[in-house]
Amino acid sequence: MKVKVISRSTEEFTRERSQDLQKVFRNYDPKLRTHEKAVEYTRALNAAKLEKIFARPFIGAMDGHIDAVSCMAKNPNHLKGIFSGSMDGDIRLWDIATRKTVCQFPGHQGAVRGLTSSTDGEMLISCGTDCTVRLWKVPLLKMMDSSESDEDYSKPLAVYVWKHAFWAVDHQWDGPFFATAGSQVDIWDHNRSEPINTFEWGKDTVISVRFNPGEPDVLATSASDRSITLYDLRMSSPVRKLIMRTKTNAICWNPMEPMNFTAANEDCSCYSYDTRKLDEAKVVHKDHVSAVMDIDYSPTGREFVTGSYDRTVRIFPYNGDHSREIYHTKRMQRVFCVRYSCDGSYLISGSDDTNLRLWKAKSSEQMGVLLPRERKKQEYLDAVKERYKHLPEVKRIVRHRHLPKPIYKAAALRRTMIEAENKRDQKRRAHSAPGSMPVQPFRKRRIIKEDE
Amino acid sequence: MVANQEIMDKDRLVTATEQDMSDELNLKTRKYLRGDGANLETLRDKKLKGQLAVREKLYSQSAKAAAKAEKWLMPTDEGYLEPEGLEKTWMVKQESIIREVDVISSRKPFDMILPELGPYNLQYASSGRYMLVGGRKGHLAMMDMMSMDLIKEFQVRETVRDVVFLHNEQFFAVAQKKYPYIYNRHGTEIHCLEEHGAPLKLQFLDKHFLLASVNKFAQLHYQDVSTGVIVANYRTGLGRTDVMRVNPYNAVIGLGHSGGKVTMWKPTSVKPLVTMLCHHGPVTAVAFHSGGQLMATAGMDRKIKLWDLRKFGVVNTYSGHAQTMDFSQKGLLAIGNGSRVQVWRDSGNQEYEKYMSHAMVKGYQIGKVSFRPYEDVLGIGHSMGISSILIPGSGEPNFDTWVANPYETTKQRREKEVYALLDKLQPETIMLEPSKIGTVRPPRRKERPTKKETEEEMENAVEAAKSITFKKKTKGRNKPSKRAAKKEEEVFKAKRPFLDQQMNNDRPLKKQRIAEAELPKALQRFSRKKAS
Repeated sequence: MKVKVISRSTEEFTRERSQDLQKVFRNYDPKLRTHEKAVEYTRALNAAKLEKIFARPFIGAMDGHIDAVSCMAKNPNHLKGIFSGSMDGDIRLWDIATRKTVCQFPGHQGAVRGLTSSTDGEMLISCGTDCTVRLWKVPLLKMMDSSESDEDYSKPLAVYVWKHAFWAVDHQWDGPFFATAGSQVDIWDHNRSEPINTFEWGKDTVISVRFNPGEPDVLATSASDRSITLYDLRMSSPVRKLIMRTKTNAICWNPMEPMNFTAANEDCSCYSYDTRKLDEAKVVHKDHVSAVMDIDYSPTGREFVTGSYDRTVRIFPYNGDHSREIYHTKRMQRVFCVRYSCDGSYLISGSDDTNLRLWKAKSSEQMGVLLPRERKKQEYLDAVKERYKHLPEVKRIVRHRHLPKPIYKAAALRRTMIEAENKRDQKRRAHSAPGSMPVQPFRKRRIIKEDE
Repeated sequence: MVANQEIMDKDRLVTATEQDMSDELNLKTRKYLRGDGANLETLRDKKLKGQLAVREKLYSQSAKAAAKAEKWLMPTDEGYLEPEGLEKTWMVKQESIIREVDVISSRKPFDMILPELGPYNLQYASSGRYMLVGGRKGHLAMMDMMSMDLIKEFQVRETVRDVVFLHNEQFFAVAQKKYPYIYNRHGTEIHCLEEHGAPLKLQFLDKHFLLASVNKFAQLHYQDVSTGVIVANYRTGLGRTDVMRVNPYNAVIGLGHSGGKVTMWKPTSVKPLVTMLCHHGPVTAVAFHSGGQLMATAGMDRKIKLWDLRKFGVVNTYSGHAQTMDFSQKGLLAIGNGSRVQVWRDSGNQEYEKYMSHAMVKGYQIGKVSFRPYEDVLGIGHSMGISSILIPGSGEPNFDTWVANPYETTKQRREKEVYALLDKLQPETIMLEPSKIGTVRPPRRKERPTKKETEEEMENAVEAAKSITFKKKTKGRNKPSKRAAKKEEEVFKAKRPFLDQQMNNDRPLKKQRIAEAELPKALQRFSRKKAS
């Protein structure tokens, strides 16, 4: 007879000294863990609830301007810095970490409408309604920390006066040129006091301009004649023009898929287009209840942020038709400009109430350095949430957002209006000759025509 | 040439052993895969297909890693008892086993004679370290089985019918004469649960923090011990019973009744989930296999039956009495009857056969047998005290520190309590098949074909009937009129089933309408309500 029974000696299974770590033994047998799915579901539910509890996206406001903030620019060379320009002609450089002004760039006589910095981050370009383009030298990195100026940055490097008021400016991603928008699109060199090239297509004012991050010579503009126009600097004339039913306030290219751009439209929606196929939008991002004023992509290209005239900031996935997040405060007024920070973890919004506001991009994310165990736990909870996101309870909690009353009501009203319009269309279609009123997808409905 | 041959043989040997290893690994991997993967062939959505393929790959990787960990990293081996020659395992006596095993194990079997406070009940904590003992006449004791220390011993001077540990060894519930009580490990009475009435049996669902009791009036109570809320209170309506067991796989409670029925309950339904007629006479014991698919029942009709809980059918029937039964972690079945304990083992295909047997002193009445988790020990509570015997191969050799840790420190216990409370499952998660959570409900049975479809089908059938060509018959029978009549008959035959069905579909509706119309409005409220 051979016999053996389980026998464990305590020494083998416990630590030797009290300074040692406790010994851990694993047995992954599914039989030992009953109710696996129920436990996972409970964890997912709890994680969703905790996420809601810890969702505190607002970090702080940056107070200093004395008029509405009209434009912002990121500093590609410095993570903490952001430029902002206001309607009274004031330009400021902010330190996001301390939420204080580092320095000011006085000079503009009217509103500052456009701000951009060169790719090397050493030069700031501003333009405004006073028909001037001003080039500024950006304070150095160490300067920003000590915040004492031994050099005078308040004098512009150059002031170029031109014939018309400016609405926007953007710098090439790779190269010495920048483009301004006003009654026409002008291409400038840093060192020339006059534009080296000028584009015009139609007579209306151009209100925004953005260079393509992939092709340095391609840029897109939007004008108040409801058009979106594409230009190539290597050609003498504009390439393509798309006319929509409403005006586009801002354009942003997807930095990771540079053939796609998203247009922030006056009709409360954003439209993502593929440059190669402008006859229909790829995605229509609907959720705002008033005109979308500005848009900026996350550096990852997976998400973008929009600021709207309805006093809210929303974050959309690049391929999703509804926002995943809405930010609002009681004090925030009409939002005129929004930017993602260069690391994609913060948002900055500038609004009518003269403040810049700093938000977290993920509302419940824990900032700072995470311990490996914390990070693993977080990853596990995210995975579980992802797995059970379709179950009604989890879905309800994850989707729920508190909305300010006016926005809630406006959204309901909009829904009613859209439903009524759809119903009217259906009735018309039913009573007209078959085929005379083809059903047009929503992605095409807002486009009037495309010119070459 | 010879050398070459040797090398080739070696190669073959190596490949053979490698093959064996990979087979073994595959076998182990299957356990961790938790069923077959998704069938990607039938999917048309390419994106979904890609995502699922990635997911499946991850699953198989983790299963493989777990199988490898099981193969190489497990610290303890399973126990076994192997007879030699003509020996049989069931002839082996406890004394000979004790002589063979090591010193630590030889201390585990004992007989504790406690003749006064008579028949004893016992329960082990989920880690297998602590044992709770309850004497019928009010004797309660908690023991640390690792150091064989008595933690607390006290008397309640009242009938004690059952004892059960709550989520850890800090608290336990006792079914006393009039009410169940909750005590802490120092013997302090924490709660008296008056709503339960006089309990006969207690069970604790540790993942749900539910204390279940069945009382003298055959009422089943569920109480949440973390919040104190009575979750459910149902009349079983099948008479007084003290046969109650939790199925560890799905936390469904099985009750054995005197009419030979076994019913299964969950806290969210008034009616039992399942009612099975198991025996021709009172059910005396019920036990559930930890895999959740096997149930053992014993009745006064001198039958012990094994049931497959997937199809609720008998797997095997054996003859014998059992006062109490218990399944071990490895699937051994202990059966206590009179003063004898038998342990049965699965010999493949769920054919249970005698593995070991143990006789107590004549006249002892066994009240309860219970396997100790993570040990090869069987605890026996009987009329003259408690005993424990060695059953090699009964317990799971390797514990998981995060599931049940016999060497738990105070800090670990506290942390575990917090996490257990965070992961507390709601009573709604108790269902017969817990892996159904989060899956899609299969579509209901096929809907009735629409009128248009049936009409079309009928037309087709009529067309088919019309196009039948008839054989030429003898003169007189081949008249055109006769042929036409025959054709008409065929068409009618083809139409018939459709018309019948239509009639059937229409009929009940009409009847209902008439019935509704017949009653005057003032009398309508007295009409019989439809059973919902």
